[in-house]
Amino acid sequence: MDLRGAAYVVGAYEHPTRHAPDKSVALLHMECARGALEDAGLGFEDVDGYFCGVDAPGGTAVYMADYLNLNLRHVGGGELGGSGPIGFVGHAAAAIAMGKCNVALITMAGRPRAEGQRIGTERQTFTPDFPFAPWDEHFDWTISTLYANYARRHMHEFGTTSEQLAWVKVSASHHAQYNPLARLRQVFTVDDVLNSPMVSDPLHRGDCCVITDGGGALVIAKPEIARSLNRPRVKLRGFGEYNKVNNGGMIDMVHSGAAGSGPPAFAMAEVTPSDIRYASIYDNFTPMVIMQIEDLGFCEKGEGGRFVMDGNLISGVGRLPWNTDGGGMCNNHPMNRGGMTKMIEAVRQLRGEAHPKVQVGDCSIALASGPGLINGVGHFHSTAILERE
Amino acid sequence: MIVDTGSAAAWESDPYVVPWPEMRPFWAAAAEGRFMMPRCIACQKYHWHPRPLCPFCRSSDIELVESRGQGTIYSYGIACTWTPPHAVAFVETHEGPVILTKIVDCDLAELRIGLPVRVKLMPVTGGRSLPFFTPHR
Repeated sequence: MDLRGAAYVVGAYEHPTRHAPDKSVALLHMECARGALEDAGLGFEDVDGYFCGVDAPGGTAVYMADYLNLNLRHVGGGELGGSGPIGFVGHAAAAIAMGKCNVALITMAGRPRAEGQRIGTERQTFTPDFPFAPWDEHFDWTISTLYANYARRHMHEFGTTSEQLAWVKVSASHHAQYNPLARLRQVFTVDDVLNSPMVSDPLHRGDCCVITDGGGALVIAKPEIARSLNRPRVKLRGFGEYNKVNNGGMIDMVHSGAAGSGPPAFAMAEVTPSDIRYASIYDNFTPMVIMQIEDLGFCEKGEGGRFVMDGNLISGVGRLPWNTDGGGMCNNHPMNRGGMTKMIEAVRQLRGEAHPKVQVGDCSIALASGPGLINGVGHFHSTAILERE
Repeated sequence: MIVDTGSAAAWESDPYVVPWPEMRPFWAAAAEGRFMMPRCIACQKYHWHPRPLCPFCRSSDIELVESRGQGTIYSYGIACTWTPPHAVAFVETHEGPVILTKIVDCDLAELRIGLPVRVKLMPVTGGRSLPFFTPHR
């Protein structure tokens, strides 16, 4: 059994807030769920499967389902980091294909901005039960210092430059200027990024995504239900997931998990990278976009820096329209997790509902891809290929 | 030789040591200033992070071998928003595994990929000693 055509994305909703000091995390999940179900033309009573990550209060779908008052036949989810909502699309499709549920709800939300988190630059604390924690804790590493390591190694092996990294931010900002809800609507130049303060050398502030409150939700349904709804149909055509490990210290720092999740997704979909009209690629830090573009096969390994230059990711300008909502770089990075917004913008593009200034003409096939957790500590990656039917 | 029994007691109650009883020999050696690297007797490969089962051939025949304590910087990033800034690095050890660490006692401007470094075991909060690295002059 494969998942091609097993399920459709029938509802997608991005919470409009970017700052939610007056709302609980559970309420944000609830509002996202309601928004996605309204978008689909379904009700809470239609949901019989539910997936969420540890961003849900209580850390499991079981408790959150009580708050949402859902009547479920199937629950899933778990900690897949920012990749979670993309991974859960595949897991929901598998559950639907096996008859475990008909309509699966996926929610993701949080409020790191209201809570004053400095997620990229503050010390990350893992409790002693984490398998790596005794050996990695107390070295004062941060998420941005780890990505700084990956960026520097990529520069060392392939000649990637800070200017090339900056093009990722520049491209996202060209899209974000048309998104009235985007956290950053300023159009960045390469120099703007290079002149921004160094956060974790070699990464500038401009190489980092925004910190925002909010969230989103998706509704995944079996084909018969999708066909009964009065919405453009977005079919799951390919899916892949991969868990990249440290390999006992024989590490590989220049490939992302996309090298593992991309090929099975393309094989299932029976398409190649040149068939992808639009790509949502999770952009927590600029080097991660370059690595994933290479690993998904949009260019040769090591060529990602050159690929993203000169507006090649800008809709209407370049070869690979990417993150047309402004991405995590400029629009939204709710709960420090980027997978949900990647799925949502891919659905908008396939429905023709993206902003007219960034809508890709005849967007028939799109990809959403993203890592979760941290490369070199634990790194899950999932890739979904979606088709407008 | 004066043995500092106070520090030896400290590592034993480190919350990052207590849940991992099988790894106590590593921390005991570290407290004595010896940086041990686990090696599989069956397949002869070193690995990191340490564990009592070989991640490659799955043998439980693991020995702790004192590391040469030398390596080179595989990559690094500088936490510029911290006061003072510091370097978080991955070091490729002489034995093979690449390990996450922090570079200490260095001029941050002198760091580069490939720079030779040597281990410097230092106690951290909780009491266990971790392998920091410093440029090898």
